[in-house]
Amino acid sequence: MLIKSLFAGFGGQGVLMMGYSLAHAAMNEGYHTTYLPAYGAEVRGGTANCTVAISDEEIASPVASAPDYLVIMNTPSLYTFQNRAAQGGTIFLNSSIIDARPTRKEVGILEIPAGEIAEKMGDPRVANVVVLGAFIRKTGLISPGGYLKSLRKIMGERKKAIMEINRKAFAAGFDLFPEGS
Amino acid sequence: MKQVFTRPKSLKQAVFHYCPGCGHSIVHRLICEVIDEMGIRGKTMGVPPAGCAVLAYNYFDVDMLEAPHGRGCAVATGLKRVLPDRVIFSYQGDGDLAAIGTAETFHAANRGENITVFFINNAVYGMTGGQMAPTTLLGQSTTTSPPGRNALLDGHPVKMSEILSHLDGTVYIERCAVNSPARILQTKRAIRKSFTYQIEGRGFTLLEVLSHCPTNWKMTPVESCKWVEETMTRHYPLGVIKDIPGAEKEKKDK
Amino acid sequence: MNKILIQGNRVIGEAAIRAGCRFYAGYPITPQNELTEYMADNLRKAGGTFIQGESEIASVNMILGASAAGARVMTSSSSPGISLKQEGISSMAADELPGVIVNMMRGGPGLGNISPSQGDYFQATKGGGHGDYRVIVLAPASVQELADLTMDAFDLADEYRNPVMILADGMIGQMMEPVLFKTPKPRSYSEKFHLRGCGEGKSKFIRGLILDPLHEEEHNWKLHRKYKTIIAREPRHETFRTEDADFLVIAYGTAARVAKGAIKRARESGIRVGLLRPITLWPFPSDAVRSFAGKASKFLVFEMSTGQMLEDVQLALGNSEKIHFYGRPGGVVPAPVEVAKIIAQHA
Repeated sequence: MLIKSLFAGFGGQGVLMMGYSLAHAAMNEGYHTTYLPAYGAEVRGGTANCTVAISDEEIASPVASAPDYLVIMNTPSLYTFQNRAAQGGTIFLNSSIIDARPTRKEVGILEIPAGEIAEKMGDPRVANVVVLGAFIRKTGLISPGGYLKSLRKIMGERKKAIMEINRKAFAAGFDLFPEGS
Repeated sequence: MKQVFTRPKSLKQAVFHYCPGCGHSIVHRLICEVIDEMGIRGKTMGVPPAGCAVLAYNYFDVDMLEAPHGRGCAVATGLKRVLPDRVIFSYQGDGDLAAIGTAETFHAANRGENITVFFINNAVYGMTGGQMAPTTLLGQSTTTSPPGRNALLDGHPVKMSEILSHLDGTVYIERCAVNSPARILQTKRAIRKSFTYQIEGRGFTLLEVLSHCPTNWKMTPVESCKWVEETMTRHYPLGVIKDIPGAEKEKKDK
Repeated sequence: MNKILIQGNRVIGEAAIRAGCRFYAGYPITPQNELTEYMADNLRKAGGTFIQGESEIASVNMILGASAAGARVMTSSSSPGISLKQEGISSMAADELPGVIVNMMRGGPGLGNISPSQGDYFQATKGGGHGDYRVIVLAPASVQELADLTMDAFDLADEYRNPVMILADGMIGQMMEPVLFKTPKPRSYSEKFHLRGCGEGKSKFIRGLILDPLHEEEHNWKLHRKYKTIIAREPRHETFRTEDADFLVIAYGTAARVAKGAIKRARESGIRVGLLRPITLWPFPSDAVRSFAGKASKFLVFEMSTGQMLEDVQLALGNSEKIHFYGRPGGVVPAPVEVAKIIAQHA
């Protein structure tokens, strides 16, 4: 098994944190994993993306020329990356702020109104964790408990209040797509 | 019989390779006299340059680490940061310090590295055979400025001491000469002051010494001493260029 | 002990501090800035000295001074900056001063770009600066190996009193992977090589200048004998799926990772292909490569360059039509599927 996921959005949406937390959880569940942020001069312009590879054996390349999963947090990223998605792959869309829809036909599309959900919870910054809740549910890559454990570790013990709202955000995303939907 | 003059202990028993009438040997001797008088031979370390003084480790009887051309202040920085209680000096010529090593000198000074730099300015490249230096005077003839240095084509003589004095990291900068007994004695006092400041942990100290080069100036030693006095000091005035307030301990010692 | 998820550039810093590095000087350049930043933050906390030099030249000369004074020292940069450091590296080799130099290669020549590349192989393995000297070159292919080899680099530098270079690229530097730190060995480096002020004793000097040609010749042969010892004792390599291989891919660093993925695919279509991955680029594991001369009928050298290590493979095997080359220079990292196609073409 080798699964590659690409996360893209603009700076401040917590895109790198999404990838990092996923890789962290994959490591704790015993998988081989790589996390590769885009580090080029282009990231200074306010866009960010990163790639996470998860496998049960050694990972050859941390680069994803055709990611199995695309997590798209803003409109420019949709245009930049939609053609990269693997045949039969899935695109997770932050539909609250993306009006356009992928033109790709042979990929699955999951719309997640993450911005609205996070707004309702009182903290628009947790939209990324809402998306990750949905991502973990749909991909089944790692257990939700394992993910939350990693998230807690990354956030650190001192930020208990922040962890609480992140846990709720994760649950909201996770519950968006019940089993079999 | 009372002995009134002898070789300093910190100066090795070796014959200088310097040309007759060269200022380097005087400065070497002065530094060694001060090291002896201050009793710091065992904890003093020198960094010789590329240039005429490249063989300085054959003369100074202290631990010496040769620097690549111009990098004296960077190498001395490495030594001093690892060994903060040692007295570290870098000994550099005008090409080494003011041309190829300008960046290293400038930034070590700006960091306020607690080291002492002896900057020997003879307005010419000695070892390579008399080419133009950054400090060559306007109109001065060298092998690479045969008709005399022309500001339009060759730029201006650099006043490194004045430039460095504007940096907050420098605490003491003086320009001396070694062309007469009085000047030599003043240079020795300045060497002592530089080392004293360093031992007190004050920061970057630099002593510029106008030095004569009869060989490349194509003068007799006597003429070259006169040229320092009458021509060089007009562009490079002697005296204390910077001595930050509070740095007055040397006077009390007297 | 638990694994931690850590970035390649930062892992070098952590491994270096654990190995006792107490002096680092460097100048920012992408893609290795996180290492400089890590040292700024953590080396000072560990009681060491961090200096952001005014240039790569100043930085390497600072570590030269600190190494002479007896500290474990490191500097880092990426390709264009490593060119600037060559003066100091040559001087450290001449002075027989230990030190670790990290090169996170990027696309070149010139300023090139900041993408992962392997164009500095010649510079790293054939001396790099002026004069007749060599630098031990370690080529990690993962973040874990970066941690391990960083510690080894300090030991090798001390043992042979020679600069050691860690040659990786922007991808390994930027990537995060799980890492478990090994316990570093205690330092064994004789104080007699230190220059710390002579006290009451005899003064010493360290110099690169040896004006008498006969003495300089003697020094060159002395260095050469040391290099011969290193060549005899230190080559390292790894093999992968070579047990029955009649097709051998030779690649290092990031290219070797990609090659492993390609070999898995090629194996699925029945090609008996394996990998030899040099871990030391100098000394080059020539004997290991040569040991396949009778076993494999085809060789493919794969590099992210136009073919540099290729020459060392040709030297080991003798130039022959059996040796093929595939290269992607300029900052391109090909996918395993692309390299698998090349393997299939030559199989």
